[in-house]
Amino acid sequence: MLELSGVSKAFGRLVAIRPLDLLIPPEQTTVLIGPSGSGKSTLLRLMIGLATPDTGTVSIGGTRVTRETVRELRRKLGYVIQEGGLFPHLTARANVTLLARTLGRDPGWMGERLSELCRLTHFPEDAMHRFPLELSGGQRQRVSLMRALMLDPDVLLLDEPLGALDPMIRAELQSELREIFRSLKKTVVLVTHDMGEAALLGDDIVLLRDGAIVQRGRIEDLLGRPADPFVTAFIGAQRSPLDDLARRNEP
Amino acid sequence: MMRVVVVGAALVVMMLGWGVGAAWASDGEIAVGSKKFTESVILGEIATQLLKDAGIPTEHRRELGGTRILWSALLGGDIQVYPEYTGTLEQEILAEENVRGEDALRAVLRARGIGMSRPLGFNNTYAIGMRKDRAQSLGVRTISDLVTHPELKFGFGNEFLDRGDGWPALARTYGLPQRDVRGLDHDLAYRGLESGAIDVIDLYSTDAEIRHYDLAVLVDDKQHFPRYDAVWLYRLDAPAGVAEALAAVEGAIDEETMVALNGRVKLDRVAESRVAADFLADLEGMVTSDRLVDAPDGWSRLASRTWEHLGLVLVSLLAAIVVAIPLGVVSAVKPRFGQLVLGVVGVLQTIPSLALLVFMIPWLGIGAKPAIAALFLYSLLPIVRNTYSGLHDIPTPIRESAEALGLPSRVRLFKVELPMASRSILSGIKTSAVINIGTATLGALIGAGGYGQPILTGIRLDDMALILEGAVPAALLALLAQGAFEWLDRLVVPRGLRIRPEN
Ligand SMILES: Nc1ncnc2c1ncn2[C@@H]1O[C@H](COP(=O)(O)OP(=O)(O)OP(=O)(O)O)[C@@H](O)[C@H]1O
Ligand SMILES: [Mg+2]
Repeated sequence: MLELSGVSKAFGRLVAIRPLDLLIPPEQTTVLIGPSGSGKSTLLRLMIGLATPDTGTVSIGGTRVTRETVRELRRKLGYVIQEGGLFPHLTARANVTLLARTLGRDPGWMGERLSELCRLTHFPEDAMHRFPLELSGGQRQRVSLMRALMLDPDVLLLDEPLGALDPMIRAELQSELREIFRSLKKTVVLVTHDMGEAALLGDDIVLLRDGAIVQRGRIEDLLGRPADPFVTAFIGAQRSPLDDLARRNEP
Repeated sequence: MMRVVVVGAALVVMMLGWGVGAAWASDGEIAVGSKKFTESVILGEIATQLLKDAGIPTEHRRELGGTRILWSALLGGDIQVYPEYTGTLEQEILAEENVRGEDALRAVLRARGIGMSRPLGFNNTYAIGMRKDRAQSLGVRTISDLVTHPELKFGFGNEFLDRGDGWPALARTYGLPQRDVRGLDHDLAYRGLESGAIDVIDLYSTDAEIRHYDLAVLVDDKQHFPRYDAVWLYRLDAPAGVAEALAAVEGAIDEETMVALNGRVKLDRVAESRVAADFLADLEGMVTSDRLVDAPDGWSRLASRTWEHLGLVLVSLLAAIVVAIPLGVVSAVKPRFGQLVLGVVGVLQTIPSLALLVFMIPWLGIGAKPAIAALFLYSLLPIVRNTYSGLHDIPTPIRESAEALGLPSRVRLFKVELPMASRSILSGIKTSAVINIGTATLGALIGAGGYGQPILTGIRLDDMALILEGAVPAALLALLAQGAFEWLDRLVVPRGLRIRPEN
């Protein structure tokens, strides 16, 4: 679905991404994980064209991302970032519908779609007239997710969507996200620091260090057959990843 | 974006056209100009009435700043006639040519399309004056006597400070040692002299105040000052009959008469038009009824000045908004271009307002047009800068969210970036508006009218009430503008940006 080949990126003398190939398979969730500064966000920004690779190519559904194609391609992608990036001067509803209105979508259709998304994200529909500053952090992330889903994109790119939330809301949203990803069968790329979150949501986990892929596989592979001592060290550094994992993996 | 700029520029030109066409239409065939001191205004009034009597529709553009403004306006054809002095022509206007004598002057002027009448009869030269009591106690009688009193404080009119025969040349001629020399308005100098804040001032020898304040005029024992014979200057292409009509007062106004005329205006507070009419009646032994235009009453005068002032401020401000916002937008998108634009409008801002007004005259003449152009240039910086910084300060996550959403750049600009920068842009416009309201009072110096007119006349006639008649409404207007922008803020800035998060 999403393919990076030979992609690298440097900021001045700082190499953020070393030349790498990465294929994101459709209809499953791929998690990018790694320590701070390892290049997770940069990789995501390369996918959506907010950064351009120094070498290599990025393509989405077979179309190469270029200056000419990027705007059309972005409409097939949904992008959610840590603080939501909601437009503060627009209400929740206006945030979610801005692109649809720009594209001249039918208002009736938009209304139905909004109700559907509110149900999906457990967002109270009567709060849609509020401005971002009048919403809680968790609600803002729900609105941000609705905005990303509005035009039913094929791919969702989520950069630490739950990073700024308190643990309770975070846990709640984690399970909701899992339901949403399952039911919608989207291609999802999710960035996180949290191994527990990766294990819960990811079908496939990509562990990064210093702009390179250290290991890729299912959580069991990372735990059972670490490709590098760093993998074990990284997992070990998480607070209680194994207990957490054991609890959540029980049906 | 370029298209927006072009459309903006076209709008500006249209608005300038409107401003000049609508609010400042002139009704005379001939315009007589006068400088911003009383004698010049009286002479301008005399010329105007003479021409009207001769059946030539004439208007008087009174109190237009100083020599440079009048001379440029005459050359540019904005006015056809104004009273000037031979000394000013020799020492200042034609200083480079080194012409001396009436006939030589007439020849040089003729080559430039300007005619000069015979002298009107009085010599209004510069003179140096002191309070009589102070001069007597110090034993000062001539300018040479000042050499022995280096402690004396001098206060000179700004024009006298930098003219060819002014202070530097005078100090050289007499070897004057005084260092405490201040520049100030000629009409204010008398007050300083009276209060003792300054000891010595420059005078015009026909000033009415000489007698009023009981001043001693120091003898120019080294004959430093040239003659300042009053003459009419007129354009040679002026309609037939103009020169002939003006000739009626050649040699008819002697020094004593001029001092008396000045005194009636400045000391007895009689209107210049009345004084001029009475003088002509005495001279010709007849009174023409249409000479005197009734002065409009207070309220309608205030209304028309408000209209003029608002016209200056609004037209220049609207034009600036239309040009500056697109410039600010382009600057934010293209940093190189942005640096250039911010640099240029920044430099414009540093030009002193009076200088900027005078620079405009060769292109735009006198009146509202050059004033609006100058105010327009002044208004650019705050708006460009605030548009630029408003856009520049939008948080990266928000800017990128709009991009990542796949919004076209035009939608991003109008639906996201400009609304988010609206508060900053609006406050830039507010700054420009308030500055404009104040600066527009200087427009009166080049004939643009507005609240500056009574201030100017008030300073000239030393009439505090008249000064307040301009200063108070100008201050009120500035306050009103402040209030209006507070209200606009609520109207223009999206509600979501006005919410304060409660922690
Ligand atoms: N626009 C930029 N200019 C300069 N350096 C950048 C830029 N963006 C990222 N970097 C650098 O590139 C490296 C990778 O950054 P990136 O944001 O991708 O890391 P990350 O894995 O997302 O980290 P975190 O977990 O803290 O979000 C970092 O060293 C960062 O400082
Ligand atoms: Mg990151």
